[in-house]
Amino acid sequence: MPTRRRALLILAALAGLSQLSIVLALMVGSIPISPAEVLASLLGDASGMTGDVVRSLRLPRALTGFACGGLLALAGALLQVLLRNPLADPYVLGISGGAGIGALLAIVLGFGVAGINGLAFVGALGAMLLVFGLAHGEGGWTQSRLLLTGVIVAAGCGAVVTLMLAIAPEERLRGMLFWLMGDLSQTGDPRLVLILLVVALLTTLPFARELNLLARGADIAQALGVAVGPLRRGVYVLASLATAAAVTHAGAIGFIGLIVPHLVRLAAGNDQRLLLPASVLAGGSLLVIADTLARSVLAPQQLPVGVLTALIGVPVFLFLLSRAAPGQH
Amino acid sequence: MTHRTPLLSTRGLNVGLAGRTFCRQLTLTVQSGECLAILGRNGAGKSTLLSVLAGLRPPDAGEVLVNGASYGSLGARASALARGWLPQSRSEAFSSTVIETALVGRHPHLARWDWESEKDARIARQALAAVGLAELAQRDIQTLSGGERQRLAIATLLAQAPQLYLLDEPLAHLDLNHQIATLELFSALAREREIACVMVLHEPGLAVRFCSHALLLFGDGSTQQGGCDEVISSESLSRLYGYPLREVGGKGQRWFMPA
Repeated sequence: MPTRRRALLILAALAGLSQLSIVLALMVGSIPISPAEVLASLLGDASGMTGDVVRSLRLPRALTGFACGGLLALAGALLQVLLRNPLADPYVLGISGGAGIGALLAIVLGFGVAGINGLAFVGALGAMLLVFGLAHGEGGWTQSRLLLTGVIVAAGCGAVVTLMLAIAPEERLRGMLFWLMGDLSQTGDPRLVLILLVVALLTTLPFARELNLLARGADIAQALGVAVGPLRRGVYVLASLATAAAVTHAGAIGFIGLIVPHLVRLAAGNDQRLLLPASVLAGGSLLVIADTLARSVLAPQQLPVGVLTALIGVPVFLFLLSRAAPGQH
Repeated sequence: MTHRTPLLSTRGLNVGLAGRTFCRQLTLTVQSGECLAILGRNGAGKSTLLSVLAGLRPPDAGEVLVNGASYGSLGARASALARGWLPQSRSEAFSSTVIETALVGRHPHLARWDWESEKDARIARQALAAVGLAELAQRDIQTLSGGERQRLAIATLLAQAPQLYLLDEPLAHLDLNHQIATLELFSALAREREIACVMVLHEPGLAVRFCSHALLLFGDGSTQQGGCDEVISSESLSRLYGYPLREVGGKGQRWFMPA
């Protein structure tokens, strides 16, 4: 268990990493911009193209990416505790499937960005309510019942998504595939999703120690003074809304929600008081870095950012896992 | 003798599960300083009754009072300061160190934004020492043996320091010396610290030796309770376990052998 001082140091280091990742995202691209020019543009001094590129193109994209990465990592960490399953990720309960159906429907119908985002959010909420309603059966709510319901709804959504891909007109397929793999190129104003991230994190932090207990089992948590029922429902709703917001803005970006909480856990332990904020900062940074690479590695061609998060996340994760295992004994 | 509010009491308690009834109209009182053993066959409802007594499961009828108040009126946190519960089985989904696990017991003593203080760490270390796990404080719990995990769960409960200890098979996985040490630990707590214990046991001889009272659950809804000396006999136990038992002993100890 980290001391409060150590936790603050780790968070300060991760906050530094977050700022670095965003500065990097502002510098790199088809027009390279120096750190001094980036600073000048942010302060509103730079005129002309450089200022426009930084302020209206790269900054909104970087901030949206950061917020979505943070939300996905937070949702993943919360669901791993809620389901007491280290393999849980934000999509395990079918939210991305519901969002996918909504978004692909919007793309097939030829809607614009707002329509795609809107229908994706409706789909995500629909999946969330469906899983919650079905899992909340007579015998109450157990982890396995929730997990099974979520997995089945996710599988059903996956089938619908595949069906839509199979019958969609040729010229829309590329957009649909990019959405499914996660795409930050169509982002608008980042303020809403940033506010959501801050609100979600501030809502969970007061309950972080109770989440530590919940991770050890519902009965044990209840016996130690946690009001388990309300806490579990709250965590479910919050994690679902966080996932829905991220998926709506950036598509179904994989691996962040699964791998980031594990990375933080391997490096800093499983105390949610540190794990939750650290996951937000690390998840945000990872997604910003991955997106920067996705749009610059094969420029002018843009890669789906979901591929990059996997290509970065998987080796780092395997390295940490192989290094950590012997040290535990 | 002054009249005290009992630490634990039940009124008209009905407990059952899946269509079976384990006890009917049970009235139970446990005062501080007392140790109550719950005996019965497998599936007689010992653990279910204990989790009802711990407020983790609602009874079919009747009520459970701790210090005269119901769990509902106390709320989760005040309940956790009054009673502790040792689960029969545990599963760890995530790794954690032994000392972190013992510190979990301090949760109800901490305010929402508090971090564990040096005092809490000292209490947790003392609890680990009391069950002989001080050396393993930094070990990962997933590397512990079954008996070590059981002692760690007892240490977490000691760190919680409630007034009422509800122990579901406290001797599970323990070897003989640790069985006796555990029972001596709790009976010393009951004598010296004004606490009370309710424990599910499988060995009537240990109940006679370490507990003041016993509750027999016959599995058909009928129960028998009272001081160990009056309730525990070869006749009642033969009926309880459905197998003839013979009493042996002397020097204040009574043991029951399969005949």
